[in-house]
Amino acid sequence: MKSSLLTELQSRIAAKHSCALVTETITGAQAIVGGGGTAGALVLSPESLGHINRLIAADKSSVIDGTNLFVRVYSPSPRMVIVGAVHIAQSLVPLAQLAGFETIVIDPRGAFLSANELAGATAIEEWPDEGMTKVKADARTAVVTLTHDPKLDDPALAAALRSPAFYIGALGSRKTHEKRLLRLRGEGFNETELARIHGPVGLDINAVSPAEIAVSIVAQVIDELRADTK
Amino acid sequence: MSDTQALDHIATWRAAGHKAALATVIQTWGSSPRPAGSHMAINAKGEFVGSVSGGCIEGAVIEAAREVMATGQPKTLEFGVTNEMAWDVGLACGGKVRVFVEAVE
Repeated sequence: MKSSLLTELQSRIAAKHSCALVTETITGAQAIVGGGGTAGALVLSPESLGHINRLIAADKSSVIDGTNLFVRVYSPSPRMVIVGAVHIAQSLVPLAQLAGFETIVIDPRGAFLSANELAGATAIEEWPDEGMTKVKADARTAVVTLTHDPKLDDPALAAALRSPAFYIGALGSRKTHEKRLLRLRGEGFNETELARIHGPVGLDINAVSPAEIAVSIVAQVIDELRADTK
Repeated sequence: MSDTQALDHIATWRAAGHKAALATVIQTWGSSPRPAGSHMAINAKGEFVGSVSGGCIEGAVIEAAREVMATGQPKTLEFGVTNEMAWDVGLACGGKVRVFVEAVE
C-alpha cells in the first residue's frame, strides 16, 4: 500500500464515512471506494463497483467470487445511546466501549452526569427527547434506557421507536415494562412497534450486580447487531 | 486493539521513517478465530500490533512480512490443516485462513 493511500483511508475513517479498501491480491494494486470518490491506481469495472458498494452497505469484508479482489470494508463504530447516567451506566459505558461501541449518555440531571464516572462517553445534558434529536439514531445505533423514570425513559423510547435504531432496550421489571407498554400504546404505538423494545433489558443470565446487568445488555445488543451474520 | 488502530500504528512507524507491513485476513473457512478484514501491523524490528488468528500463525506472518518489506512484493499466505506446514504453524482449531501481506511504502 502506498503511504498516501493509507493517509486517505485514515482520513475517511476518521470522518466516519463508510468506505472500502479494494486490493488486487496478485499485484497489490489498490483503490479506496466510498466516502468521497474513488482514489488509488486500481481500475474497477462497473460490475466490481456494484459488488463493492453492496459489501459496503452490508459492512462485510470479503473476496469477490471469481476475482482476485479483496474488499476490506470500514464502517463507523456502532453507537450505544444510554439514557440515564445512573449506577449501571458506569459499568455499561466501559463494557460497550470495549466491544467497539461509541457511547453517548443522555441525562438532564447534570449532577448525575458529573457524579458518575462515565469516562470516554459523550455526555448530553438534555431532556431525552431533545437529546435524542441531537443524537439522530440510525440503523447502527442501540438505545438503552436506564432511569426507571417514565418522564425520562418514555420520551427516549418514543424517539427510538420512530428511528431505525437496531436495538431498543429498557431497564425495569416485567411489571414496570407492562405499565410502560400501556403508556406507549396510549401514545399511538402499535404492537409490532412495541415489540422492538427489549424489556426487561438484557439476556437472562440471572444478573444481579450493575456489572452483570451491563454484561447481559451488551450481550443482547451484540446478538441483534450480528443477527444477520448467522 | 481495534483493526483501525493497526493502520494508525503503521502511519506512526512510517512517519518515523521505519519500514512497515500490513497483514490482513482475506478469506476464512471453518472455525477460524479472526474474521476477514482483521489486520496486523508489523515493522522492520518485528514489533506487531493486532492479530490475524488466536496467536497460532502470527510468527509465520511476521516472517513473511520481513520478506515483503525487503522486496516490496505482496504475498498471500495460506494456513490450515490441509497445509503442508500444518504441523508447524497450522490452526489448532481446524480452520483455514488466507492472509494478504503487503508493504506500506
